[in-house]
Amino acid sequence: MATGRDDFVIAIRSAFLKKKDKQKFSLLTLIFLSLFVIILTNLNFKVIEFVKLGIKEVIYRSSYIVSIPENKLKKITSKLQLHMDLYESYQKELNNLENSEQLKLQNEFLTLENKKLRELIDESINSQEIFARVLIDKNSPYLKSVVLNKGTKDKVKIGMAVIDEVYLVGQIIEVNYSNSRALLLSDLNSKIPSVLEPDDIQAVISGTGSNFGKIEHTQIDYKESFNNKEIIAYTSGLGGLFKPGIPIGKIVNSSEGQINFFSDFTQLNYVKIVSYKLGGEK
Amino acid sequence: MSSLNKSSFLRIFLSYLPIIMLFFSVFNEFDFNYLKLDYFAFNFVHLLIFFWTLRNPDQLGYLAIFFAGIINDVVIGIPIGISSFCYLILCSVTAYIRNITLSPNFMKDWISLLFTILLINSIQVIILDLVFLINVDYTNYLINSGFTFLFYPIFFLLFNFLNERISYQKND
Repeated sequence: MATGRDDFVIAIRSAFLKKKDKQKFSLLTLIFLSLFVIILTNLNFKVIEFVKLGIKEVIYRSSYIVSIPENKLKKITSKLQLHMDLYESYQKELNNLENSEQLKLQNEFLTLENKKLRELIDESINSQEIFARVLIDKNSPYLKSVVLNKGTKDKVKIGMAVIDEVYLVGQIIEVNYSNSRALLLSDLNSKIPSVLEPDDIQAVISGTGSNFGKIEHTQIDYKESFNNKEIIAYTSGLGGLFKPGIPIGKIVNSSEGQINFFSDFTQLNYVKIVSYKLGGEK
Repeated sequence: MSSLNKSSFLRIFLSYLPIIMLFFSVFNEFDFNYLKLDYFAFNFVHLLIFFWTLRNPDQLGYLAIFFAGIINDVVIGIPIGISSFCYLILCSVTAYIRNITLSPNFMKDWISLLFTILLINSIQVIILDLVFLINVDYTNYLINSGFTFLFYPIFFLLFNFLNERISYQKND
């Protein structure tokens, strides 16, 4: 019995402390070092923040370069897929095109009218847009985020909205000198205050970790009014982070409160980082 | 002369291949999911570290694994140090198995891989969820662990072939 325990202790000691010919550090040293790094990451000292920024700058750039072959492969796969679906997508586009001309005219009129009315009540919305390229788009199973090529030098700040064409895709959660990280709407940690139209119901759209979101913190009986209606979720502007009225997604399954995002997060190449000010605000 | 040079280049390239693969995969964070199947993902880095630190630890240094973990954390956006810690736990399990095993056995390795990845994924989830208060999808982690376990035999064959080539080149 004692021999068995001795063997176990010897094996453990050997595993943690013994160095092979080419190993410069023992496992135990490196385990302690990694624990030390985890603790340091948690502290908000200026020096540590600068070191973290430096490491991130270098690694993001390197990762972008190393990912070039994989990104090319992804692009080829997606192009092939597009070719395969050509006829189907053509039919779809044809249907969409029929209505779009009428909607465009209506939209132009409503936009002008809205602008005039906002000016009357001195509530004009001035937004500032920064165009950014997606550097790293890993769609990791752990955290749904993208790295963008604009940072503090381009006046990007934490909390700014990230928009693909006109659709909201996420918000900035980390800013470095020349790049930043945006948390996508699909991430579990993403919570966006929104309004469900046309019924004007306030809700929070949360990410699920998959490519759809879910409705939370809303009226208990909200599903009853949704039957046979097309429900679109827009940003409500509550909390002051996002401009009100940015389209987020469409409700596809009201019984489960599931929402499909308008933007395809796997196909993001260029996005806009948007900040806004209400009229009269400094 | 030319064949000698070629052979020496090949030897050096093969001996560094595990490290190249490790760094390439952490910089890329690829999951081989080009078919975009829901929930399909496996951890290539775990398989790579498990195999090489178990079968031929001279080809994959612990310091390189530590740095690979740091890079992985930055790329996927989780607090720095967590992946390094998990990778080194994986290394300590393989070092222990190596010490208590006289003759390597694939089935025993495979079963111990399952326990090891469940252990390190649990540690990662605990640190992320309880210490850093980052919400994580447990299902994703569980499925990822499952696929990583299932894919081990395929990568075992590939890595074993590579390991034999490295040994052959060394002894040549």
